[in-house]
Amino acid sequence: MSAKFIGERLPRVDAPDRVTGRAVYAADIHLPGMLHGRVLRSPHAHARIKRIDFTKALALEGVKAVVTSADLPPMTGEPILVRGEIELNLNHIRQVALAQDKVLFHGQAVAAVAATDPHTAEDALELIEVDYEPLPAVLDAEEAMRQDAPLIHPDQYTHTHEGNLDRPSNIAATYTFGRGDVEEGFREADVVVEDTFRTRVVHQGYLEPSAAVAQVEPNGHITVWASTQGNFSLRGQLASVLEVPSSRIKVVPVEVGGGFGGKLNTLLELPAVLLSRKTGRPVKLVMSREEVLRATYPAPATVITVKAGATREGSLTAIYMRAVFDAGAFPIAPVVAAYFTGLAPYKVPHLKFEGCEVVTNKPKIGALRAPGAPQASFAVESQMDLLAEKLSIDPLELRRRNAAEEGDPPPVGRPFNRIGLQPLLEQVARHPAWTAPLKGTHRGRGLALAFWPGAIMPSSCHLTLQDDGSFSLVLGSVDLTGTRTVMLQVAAQELGMDPSQIRVSVGDTDSVGHTEVSGGSRITYTMSAAVHRACMNMLEQLRERAAAELEVDAGELEYEAGTFRSRTSPEKQLSLADLGRQSLRRGGPVTATGTTTRLQSAPAFAAHVVDVEVDPETGQVKVLKYTAFQDVGKAVNPTQVEGQIQGGAVQGLGWALMEGYQFSDSGVLQNATMLDYKTPTATDVPFIDAVIVEVPASDGPYGIRGVGEAPIVPPLPALANAIHQATGVRLRELPMSPEAVFMALQKARG
Amino acid sequence: MKQVVTLTVNGENCQALAEPRHTLLELLRDGLGLTGTKEGCGDGNCGACTVLLDGRPVNSCLVLALEAQGREVVTVEGLARNGALHPLQQALIDHGAIQCGFCTPGLVMAAYALLRDNPHPAEPEVRMAIAGNLCRCTGYDKVVRAIMAVG
Repeated sequence: MSAKFIGERLPRVDAPDRVTGRAVYAADIHLPGMLHGRVLRSPHAHARIKRIDFTKALALEGVKAVVTSADLPPMTGEPILVRGEIELNLNHIRQVALAQDKVLFHGQAVAAVAATDPHTAEDALELIEVDYEPLPAVLDAEEAMRQDAPLIHPDQYTHTHEGNLDRPSNIAATYTFGRGDVEEGFREADVVVEDTFRTRVVHQGYLEPSAAVAQVEPNGHITVWASTQGNFSLRGQLASVLEVPSSRIKVVPVEVGGGFGGKLNTLLELPAVLLSRKTGRPVKLVMSREEVLRATYPAPATVITVKAGATREGSLTAIYMRAVFDAGAFPIAPVVAAYFTGLAPYKVPHLKFEGCEVVTNKPKIGALRAPGAPQASFAVESQMDLLAEKLSIDPLELRRRNAAEEGDPPPVGRPFNRIGLQPLLEQVARHPAWTAPLKGTHRGRGLALAFWPGAIMPSSCHLTLQDDGSFSLVLGSVDLTGTRTVMLQVAAQELGMDPSQIRVSVGDTDSVGHTEVSGGSRITYTMSAAVHRACMNMLEQLRERAAAELEVDAGELEYEAGTFRSRTSPEKQLSLADLGRQSLRRGGPVTATGTTTRLQSAPAFAAHVVDVEVDPETGQVKVLKYTAFQDVGKAVNPTQVEGQIQGGAVQGLGWALMEGYQFSDSGVLQNATMLDYKTPTATDVPFIDAVIVEVPASDGPYGIRGVGEAPIVPPLPALANAIHQATGVRLRELPMSPEAVFMALQKARG
Repeated sequence: MKQVVTLTVNGENCQALAEPRHTLLELLRDGLGLTGTKEGCGDGNCGACTVLLDGRPVNSCLVLALEAQGREVVTVEGLARNGALHPLQQALIDHGAIQCGFCTPGLVMAAYALLRDNPHPAEPEVRMAIAGNLCRCTGYDKVVRAIMAVG
């Protein structure tokens, strides 16, 4: 095949629409007769709802309907929705969307109003009377674990590997994993370090506030336009909670203004559907930024202890990790991920993990880019540097001596297939980012590693030969940042066509096969395999048709750049345009589908190196230089790969240095604006040098590995390690804000 | 009580009805159907709603609709001419500076104003000019490079 599109820096096909304002996001949808909704939210972190009276609200001119959880059918089915690797408890999801009996965090949705315009809906909220019986709130996970703590879910019994415990508790679940005997491992060690690390709740910070439009037809059919990472997942969640067959719900794709894991669970779609059902008109709901920060699905606060031992020669002997994840108002937190991501880079004979997830009266936590991994690696990678220091071994050298290789057992699961950690670290060792001396005072250099296993789950596409000889490729996945472009590259490569001859779009849930969420760094890996299959199938069919038309044996035909030609009689040839036209007269349309369900995992490793300068007078940490190395398997589009790495690294820098939820004693978020919940601006960061390493994955058509998750992980510990080198002070709590750094410096000075 | 606002948007005279509590952002999006300008925060902290008001970049969520009476507004829809992208828009595409694209319209307007006044900005000048435009996807790297590459 002559054309080469894999590895090319093709510009984003959807970019012209985005730079001109033509791209349509959910809040841009306007339908005839559309109403606007607003959500009433809880003023308490924990309270019983005794009565809701919305008669006055309904009397306001322009108000068309009010809905509460009483408008939802009672949950009769199995509440756990398991799709691939994702587990959702719909009984919890629906209560986050509309509280039932109790409110469990400040800002939780209690009711929703539809009116002729958003301001009227907002005015109506003040007319809804809710009687609350305030209950004692518990906000700190470690306090919530105490036996005398107020119970958030009186019917919650701690789930353990040996079954449920027999007393109600705020500890939703405990997990234990390990191998070997850590006590033996620590006895073999010459040096043992042990410390505890704390992180706060942080938000994904997507720029587009959550938004949804719902239209319910008189026959009950539901159409939804939503800012979601998974159209099919959303459909499944709505179907289960509304007790409607999923075939009666159509989710129509719109552009999504960032998700990062925060737009996986249904929120506004439920009240939007209920309001549309009640009024018979389409209803749009859009969150304010304050609502986004108070009442969506941020990432969990954690307390993680890591004890690690190594021999004098720098061989790790044992690691013990204890992790407490604050799940917020409802359980399911990425506790186990702390273990299987944080410790994955290392060969360690003896491992032990004890983890638990605890509920508190805070927003229910969700996924954020490599969920669980940044918090874990903050602890593990800080301890690796401490071990290196105590052993007088270079921090990179210590990591290289213990770095996992193909065939090594990860903390859980089967031995690694092909991985690129050692080649990655070789690159770091040779790169000026690591080898160039760092001059100047109050400066330090930090290194940290990251691992992400890469999610799999089904992906589907639908490929059609058009009657003009071009192709339509319809994808089932939400295109967050470039899927259409990358899949265009795959299709152009396999079909031997110019990209201008292939139109790629995202299909609605009626038009293409089930495709799981765009998350977990899975889409490029799994969808490229699906598109590859569809292309292979398409070419097979076309070959048969061409053979019949040309009256030659199919095996005699060669295909290149849109033309089938007989090898023996080259004058016998047929173009795709000919085949497209003929498909209208005989044979019928030519279509192919591609679906992937089972691929091997394609594990990804990253290593970041950062140089900082710390102002001893203010505690301000200035990032001087940042280099991010990552094994991406194969970069289908290097520009987009770099963009993922750069964006992830800066998101991690924000987590490390400036971001964190601050709650009042009564559970009210104190920094619910983008001014007070500060994320990095262009002046806070330098250029991010992305170094692409390509060690092909064991499976998939091109050796691709997922890219998006890993880059958010290393900045947390890399910054801590750099600050330590610059100042001698070790920070074990995030964010490492100027105030925190200054206080730590003060303490160190005595 | 709604009032008529007469203003120039992207070179055309427009009229729209607005209540005193409506913002310029609402007037553009809901009154005139120009949904290219985005609302990311509603309180002037993210820059997604940046437009030019009498040539100056402003957060349109912080301007009342009635304040726009008789004034000139340029939005992201107003930069391309006869179907040809502005060189800044093309540079953002060529450099891969767009990911989710939600911050892009505001960023385009902020950068447009910078380049109009300072055609060859240095890196710190570019970073300062877009410091009011939050982007969560790109880490700003390719955005800054794209803006510096124009002209």
